Amino acid sequence: MMISLTIDGRKIEAEQDTTILDAAREAKIHIPTLCYLPEVQAIGACRVCLVEIEGNRVLQASCILPVSPGLVVLTNTERVRKARRFAVEMLLSNHPFECLTCARNLNCELQSLATDLCVRDIRFTGDKSEGRIDESSPSIRRDQNKCILCRRCVTVCQEIQSVTALHLQGRGFGTRVEPAFDRDINDVACTNCGQCSLVCPVGAITEKEYIKEVWDAINDPTKFTVIQDAPAVRVALGEEFGYPPGTLVTGKMLAAARKLGFDRIFDTNFAADLTILEEGSELLQRVKEGGILPLITSCSPGWIKFIEHFYPEMLPNLSTCKSPHQMLGALTKTYYAKKMGIDPKDMIVVSVMPCTAKKFECQRPEMRSSGYQDVDYVLTTRELAKMIKQAGIDFENLDDGSYDDPMGEYTGAATIFGATGGVMEAALRTAYEVATGKTLESVEFTAVRGLEGIKEAVIPIEGIGDVRIAVSHGLGNARKLLERVKEGKEQYHFIEIMACPGGCVGGGGQPFPVNNDVRTRRAQALYAEDCSLTLRKSHESPSVKKLYEEFLGAPLGEKSHHLLHTKYTPRSRF
Amino acid sequence: MAAENQCNCVQTQEEDLYPRLNEIIGEHKGKPEDLIMVLHKAQNLFGYLPKKVQEMVAEGLNMSINEVYGVITFYNFFSTVPQGKHSVKVCLGTACYVRGSQKVLEKTEKALGIKVGGTTDDRRYSLGVVRCIGACGLAPAMLVDEDVYGRVKTTNAMEIIEKYE
Repeated sequence: MMISLTIDGRKIEAEQDTTILDAAREAKIHIPTLCYLPEVQAIGACRVCLVEIEGNRVLQASCILPVSPGLVVLTNTERVRKARRFAVEMLLSNHPFECLTCARNLNCELQSLATDLCVRDIRFTGDKSEGRIDESSPSIRRDQNKCILCRRCVTVCQEIQSVTALHLQGRGFGTRVEPAFDRDINDVACTNCGQCSLVCPVGAITEKEYIKEVWDAINDPTKFTVIQDAPAVRVALGEEFGYPPGTLVTGKMLAAARKLGFDRIFDTNFAADLTILEEGSELLQRVKEGGILPLITSCSPGWIKFIEHFYPEMLPNLSTCKSPHQMLGALTKTYYAKKMGIDPKDMIVVSVMPCTAKKFECQRPEMRSSGYQDVDYVLTTRELAKMIKQAGIDFENLDDGSYDDPMGEYTGAATIFGATGGVMEAALRTAYEVATGKTLESVEFTAVRGLEGIKEAVIPIEGIGDVRIAVSHGLGNARKLLERVKEGKEQYHFIEIMACPGGCVGGGGQPFPVNNDVRTRRAQALYAEDCSLTLRKSHESPSVKKLYEEFLGAPLGEKSHHLLHTKYTPRSRF
Repeated sequence: MAAENQCNCVQTQEEDLYPRLNEIIGEHKGKPEDLIMVLHKAQNLFGYLPKKVQEMVAEGLNMSINEVYGVITFYNFFSTVPQGKHSVKVCLGTACYVRGSQKVLEKTEKALGIKVGGTTDDRRYSLGVVRCIGACGLAPAMLVDEDVYGRVKTTNAMEIIEKYE
């Protein structure tokens, strides 16, 4: 049923159950917000979205007030502006003024609000609540002095990811966002997915920066520096330079990486194709030999840490394949090092990822198959943008650059890894052809695409039978799917799970803001690139074929086992 | 810190209470909505909510320990430190406050060597505050166990407290 109401003198029709805020936004009327986060949280806590309702004594939070017939709403009266400014002033009175050196400077929602509301003076002085800086995690950094208690991180961690590594502790002025017993975040069941850093409106939770370490490596003449980037980076990096979400900026990104001074630029996509050959072979082997099913993908290190903490009994279901960038790191320091006659100890491999969990992953003790740490540093998409800006590179006017041989070639199957369902689709393309020996004409498995939380399909493959698959993204959905599997309700052969909503395009290290519209646009850019490529199946990649001929032998062979596969560690829920 | 100073006899007693806690948790298994009720019962059983109890409740109700701890630290009623044999509560209601109860509290904290919410190492006293007990005419007021004391002074607060062995 449609409801008629008036906002700022305009007659507006809105669906029942929508909020004043949504109705206003639909009508292109701007109401500022702070704690509100579409698709995640509407709690009316920050009082920034206050509006005046005719006949109503007090101002109302528009993010939680539903529309009702005949309502007369005023969104921008002097009274409203004063109240909003007051709310922000109160927040600022308890906020450290370190803006100029804050990682979120000029990209901070509180800062923008203070600007928009023209806050010029803070009338309230007194105690500031004391927080702590928690740098225990290799993935995220928490500066609780900057926290404004908007609860977005708590909600995303609890309701979207079903992890609850953080929660509000205490009450009143002493309230803090912390794990239990004031533990460090690295000592609790945190998956390092970084969704908290993606939704934090201020600089209270950010990724742990490794920019300085990477510059040091570039500037050290004795180091041979290699950079690689994941597919989700190239469809999001542009946003940091003013391009709309879903603009493919691969060429400019590569030119920028070259200008930054990296010696070689490889593509994580190359290793994504390789992952498909290894993981696809693992699937066929388990199906044929009656191994443990369902087989579950292992590309997402946030997901890996999740299953280690919450479902350790299901670790045998995980594919033993490393995530693609770890494979590429191991190959760079072995295959490529040998080929070029470079001592791997002098190599520094830097991965640019949409991900904060990969910062933790690269430091795992298992990830040293080359004899050294296979990937030295992981930068997020946001950090790469910061380095490009730091280096004074005019991103927009760069001529397109390119990847280096021999690990810069990729197929369309690899590039869709960045979207939820992508790994599954890529695996199906290869599994079908390898199992049947026939050419797959229609390569697009659209049933596994899109933002539905859990996607299922049955794919008939000659010689194997019906292959039952499932795909989920966001750890809350992963939990639901695993419960289904545990209860024995569904018998799947193969499951893809990505920790972040939307898959890597919505990763914790991506540019702000991320919502379903942004996730969809970035994913569409990946699918468009896949569509534009001649080679769209991983096993067709000439460079991957050559790698097997020259170095690895066959998928699941001894060398693969040593360099490309790994093992997992059961961890406590607490 | 208090936990390390416990004598063995107290620890043994605590161990004996876990089977009963398991029964309580069993009645609410997998029901996060029953958290406050379970914590209430657990605190009645143990006198406070030690870490192990919190973890067992989290596990049993299928929720995160971080959330359980969040609820415990939100409510003044719940305590994560063992309670002393006698509870000392200084009233900080408006009337008592203007008549100097803050000073009484500070003096008591100093004399007992603990802060509000704490318990003395010998587990004799726990110190807390209340916000008005309806004895404003006697301000500043103090409560030891169930007994109300009026017109308390910084000079006689400890005298009163020490009567409780």
